[in-house]
This record gives sequence, C-alpha cells and structure tokens, in this order.
Amino acid sequence: MDPASAKVIGAGLAAIGVGAASIGVGFVFGSFLQSALRNPAAADGQQGRLFIGFAAAELLGLMAFAIAMIILYAS
Amino acid sequence: MAGKIDPMEQFVIEPVAGTFHGHNPFVLTNSGIWTLIILGTIWFFMLGGMKRQLVPGRWQVAVEGLIGFIEDTVDASIGPEGRKYLPWVFTSFVFLLFANLMAYMPTGLVSAAHPYTVTAQFTITGVMSIISFAIVLIVGFSRHGFHFFSLFVPHGTPKVMIPLIFLVELISFAVRPFSLGLRPFIAMFAGHILLDVFGAFVIQGLQAGGGGIAISVLCFLFLAFINALELLVAAIQAYVFAILTSLYINDAVNLH
Repeated sequence: MDPASAKVIGAGLAAIGVGAASIGVGFVFGSFLQSALRNPAAADGQQGRLFIGFAAAELLGLMAFAIAMIILYAS
Repeated sequence: MAGKIDPMEQFVIEPVAGTFHGHNPFVLTNSGIWTLIILGTIWFFMLGGMKRQLVPGRWQVAVEGLIGFIEDTVDASIGPEGRKYLPWVFTSFVFLLFANLMAYMPTGLVSAAHPYTVTAQFTITGVMSIISFAIVLIVGFSRHGFHFFSLFVPHGTPKVMIPLIFLVELISFAVRPFSLGLRPFIAMFAGHILLDVFGAFVIQGLQAGGGGIAISVLCFLFLAFINALELLVAAIQAYVFAILTSLYINDAVNLH
C-alpha cells in the first residue's frame, strides 16, 4: 500500500476513538440528568463530579484526536 | 480553485518584533502580543470590579460572582484550608477562560487584529499543569513528609495487593500532569481546526457555485452551531482545569 494513503487510513481509524468518547460523554450527562430529575434537590451538589466524569470521558476522545493529528502531520 | 486546506497554519508562531535567528530568546511574537492583550483584559476586568463599594454595581457583582464561584469549588473539594490555594486556582481559571473565549472573538474581521489561540499551544497549558503539580508535590511533602506516599496505598488494601496497587496508583499519579495540561490544549486545538476546515468549506463551496452553494449554506449553519458549542467547551475546559487542580491539591492536603 502507498505509505501516504496508509497514513490517511490510519488517521481515519484513530478518529473512531472520538466517536467512542462521544458515547461516553453522552452517557455521563445522560446518567446525571436521569438521576437529577429523580432528586432535583441533590443535583446542584453533584455538578463538580459531573464535570470530573465528563473530563475523564472526553480526555480519551481528545487523545484519539491527538493521535490522528500526529499521524497526519508529524513525521 | 479548491485549494488544499491547511488547518495548522493558524497555530504558527511568527515574530512580530525581533527575529528567531541566532537562538534569540527575546522576540515579540503574535502569541506574546495576544497573551499581553488577554492579560490587559483580565486586569481591566478585575480592577473595574475591585472598587469595594458597599452597594455593588453590575461590574462588581460580575467580578465577585466569578471569585465566589471558584471559591465555592475550592471550598467544596479542599475544605476550610482551601482558601490558601485559591489564588492559583483562580488565576489559572481566569487565564484559561479569557484566553479560550477571546480566541473565538470575531476581531479577525480586521486582519491585523486576528485572534491567536494562546491555549492551543502545549507550552502554555503544559507549564500551567507543571505549576499545579509543583504545588501538589511541595504541599504534600512539606505537610506529610514521606507519609505522602501513603497516597498511593488506599486504606484497607490487603497486604498482598500493596505492591500492585502502589504501582497502579503511582502510574495514575504520574500521568496526571500530562492529562491536565493536554486537555485544555487539545480541546482548543481541535475546536479551531474544526472551525478552520468548515470555514474553508463555506468559501470553497461558494467559489464552486451550483450545488456547492447548497453545501456552503449547510456548512455555514453547522459552523454557527459549532461556534456556540466551542464557546461552551472553552468555558468548561477552564472550569475542569480549576476543579481538577483543586481535587489534586486536596489529595496532597488531606491525603485519602
């Protein structure tokens, strides 16, 4: 295979991780909303944990994006 | 007609005054100018709200609200001792917030005032996370001495598991400075690449004419939506940096 096209295919495969992270982020916010609607009084106190969970889930997607960028532009 | 889109061009650091030749470290770059503009804006914003009026005006309420917001976050995660660490958490939050938001300002309509994304450089966010971790390590070792290593062994770990748990926790601790600095950097980096690519699609679609115009309109609507999303992400990343910094400092102050 042509190295240039292999590079682009590799970057595309790395981008799958971004989609997987979007599932994770959706799950974090979805679960938060689900429990927040059951007990709205307790929801405000958990916002810090919400964003920690969001950050942890999002980081992995951003890593996948960084890998795609490294494959495309570095080397 | 359809030129190659180069989304990396916007992150290039160029000398404005001085030159990079001969490893000259004293160069005023576009990044440096934009950092100074951000610092000036923060200064202006904070000074305007620090008049300590008995009946606060709108401006003072905005500044006090911002400080109170971070104070609550720090208090909630570190406890009563958190007040000591408020200056750094607040500084990093406000800098990231202003740098992230001002990079999306439409001042680029005048090409000389084109915003430069300061936080899309790992040098900036990386140094900020190194400062956060220097605080964690200095506070941890000065308060607890070598007892600080008990951070890596949670309470009630079975004796057999201690070496393994220690290793896992050590790796998780060692990775934190990277993930802390990487997060705001990549979020801004990715957002600006996305905006650049779709902005180029709009222009190239218009140039192509015919069916291209329909695609161009679609891309423009998507661009407006992404812009709103990126403003949200810009604020969230600053908040996440503040909340994670206070969480890590809490580990150092209170151990587990």
